[in-house]
Amino acid sequence: MISSTFIHPSLLLFFGALLLPLVPRGTVRRTFLVAIPLLAFVLTWLTEPGTYAVTSFLDWNLTFGRVDALSKVFAYIMTLMCVIGTIYGLHVDDDLQHIAAWFYVAGSLGVIYAGDYLVLFLFWEVMAFSSVFLIWFRRGPKSLATGYRYLLVHTFGGLLLLAGIALHYKATGEIAFNLLSDVTSSQEGFSFGNLFNVSLPTFLIMLGFILNAAVPPLHAWLPDAYGEATVTGAVFMCAFTTKTAVYALARGCAGMDILVPLGVCMALYGVVYAVLENDSRRLLAYHIISQVGYMVAGCGIGTAMAINGAVAHAFAHILYKGLLFMGCGSVLYMTGQSKFTELGGLYKKMPRAFVFTMIGGLSISAFPLFSGFVSKSMIVAAGFEEHLYWAGFLLMLASAGTFLHTGLKVPYFIWFGKNNCSKETWEKAADPPANMQWAMGIAAFLCIFIGCYVPYLYGMLPNQEEAHHYAQLVYGSYHVSETLQILLFTAVGFFLLLKKLKPEPTISVDMDWFYRMGGRGFYWLASKPIQSVDNGVNEGYRYLGLYPLMTMARFWSWFDWNAIDGVVDGIARSVRGLGSLGRRLQSGWLQSSLFYAASAVAIILIVYVLN
Amino acid sequence: MIVNLIDYLRDRLKTVIRYCFVVLGLVVVWDILLVDKEHAHTHIEQIWGFWSFFGFGACVVIILVSKWIGHCHWFGGKFTIMAPEDFYDK
Repeated sequence: MISSTFIHPSLLLFFGALLLPLVPRGTVRRTFLVAIPLLAFVLTWLTEPGTYAVTSFLDWNLTFGRVDALSKVFAYIMTLMCVIGTIYGLHVDDDLQHIAAWFYVAGSLGVIYAGDYLVLFLFWEVMAFSSVFLIWFRRGPKSLATGYRYLLVHTFGGLLLLAGIALHYKATGEIAFNLLSDVTSSQEGFSFGNLFNVSLPTFLIMLGFILNAAVPPLHAWLPDAYGEATVTGAVFMCAFTTKTAVYALARGCAGMDILVPLGVCMALYGVVYAVLENDSRRLLAYHIISQVGYMVAGCGIGTAMAINGAVAHAFAHILYKGLLFMGCGSVLYMTGQSKFTELGGLYKKMPRAFVFTMIGGLSISAFPLFSGFVSKSMIVAAGFEEHLYWAGFLLMLASAGTFLHTGLKVPYFIWFGKNNCSKETWEKAADPPANMQWAMGIAAFLCIFIGCYVPYLYGMLPNQEEAHHYAQLVYGSYHVSETLQILLFTAVGFFLLLKKLKPEPTISVDMDWFYRMGGRGFYWLASKPIQSVDNGVNEGYRYLGLYPLMTMARFWSWFDWNAIDGVVDGIARSVRGLGSLGRRLQSGWLQSSLFYAASAVAIILIVYVLN
Repeated sequence: MIVNLIDYLRDRLKTVIRYCFVVLGLVVVWDILLVDKEHAHTHIEQIWGFWSFFGFGACVVIILVSKWIGHCHWFGGKFTIMAPEDFYDK
């Protein structure tokens, strides 16, 4: 059933992005920038559940608009974050940054509404190829290399996913994107014996998903990229890639046992690295890994309550993590610094940024009355209910770590603590422009609203019965007392060990070492052994091949000169003309070629869907 | 306004800390005397102030273990996870 009323929000964002360069500067442009994401938000909000935009392509029916409870709540929060992120970046004059961000959101929405693996894969790649520009547009000394590493890892993940999809199609003849069948068959509760009890296609698809969810050891792209992205780019990136992957896991791999230990490891891994990190945005990036760990574990537990928890936590996480990146981003934007060893004591200069970041910190730490409190605990409770005590207690341990870093370490070492600011940093520091404050204000309001008014978030969750049941328990005295004790005594530990936590001017070596150094190894291989083999072949060729070839060539040259030239001259001239046209399009700057290619794909896609 | 409030509290840091300890004590007393532990998942949570010990212990363990991991000389050589900032530029 194809409804005529359905407009895909991605289409709106693609169109808006392509029109943006034509919009005149000033108030019109600012209105346009807010209106397009807002319209996309209203569209997703009003769309009734159903299946829309089904087109046939070769032998398949491609579904661009599968709207149900699960996809609707994700699309809702993604478009909402797009509104907030765009407001935050309203002062950015560079059209390309906005275009890249909107393409990126459109890719994420396309994945969420995709009803089959082909559409999913298409938009999956749109996401990777548009988000890389959010790193490149920082135009810093490291941006180019970081962007290429990001692209490399995501291309690898995309290939894993594609291989999984192809094998899955071969095995089942199906491309519909639903719960993978051999995951369903192993749903008899968690057991360590079942960890690898899935078929190869399912495993590959899962690997493709968890690479985007940043599950160790496939996670190092995340802190690498998010620490290096533009100030506004990081706000977008922290929301979309990992949470779209969580959606894909909740849809396709719910109840897959291996996700539980992976999720718990993630939650702890992020916490450990966050202790070591000196760069505030990289610290927040490690905490994304930690928080997404809860969601991945929730998907792995796979009960109705756990899936609710994963969805609710993704929803809350997008807002508070966006808020935290906006807070630390505004410090970077105003002072040019993001390292704790270069900051400190800024509360006098940036008090509002401090308050907003603190609200984000309290939300991520799951303080009562803040958003994390009503979302995170649902996953932990689902774990305890399934008698996964080890998972429950380890996730509790990680939540102490969350408060320790994001609630205490970040605010303390930026706004209080020892003032490490240089004179220049101190003079530049001030609260950021109004649009940035508005964006932070909206996100902060929502963080508190979700925490205080439970039905708002719980009413959108996919499994309503469970959500109703848990809504009775969430503000029960036991849960409140448990959380308050953990958090307050974590704070005691923090202040006792404050000296230990003093920031150190170091970087943390992570799994990216392998491909950073692996790349160097490849370079060495190319420059030394392969080069000498190549030289050898050249030498041999010169003696054995070149002489006969020259003789032949002399003959053909004579033939050419005397026989063919007259005929062909006309063709040659026109080919040269075309060549010089092509040369003008190819600036040799690889990013711009990629950008043209991505835009062309978007246009073809729009034309295709409209047909 | 925000700055004034923070400065006001900072000027009376000792009193603020004293009140914080009172709050900590009250939370534990509340947990022991009034909280219904029917929703506890395991027996161990019935211990008085269990989650207080857990929170404090978790914090100390996370800091000490992480710093140890970061500073430890792995593989018996010079390599540490917390590396100098120019680590990749060499």
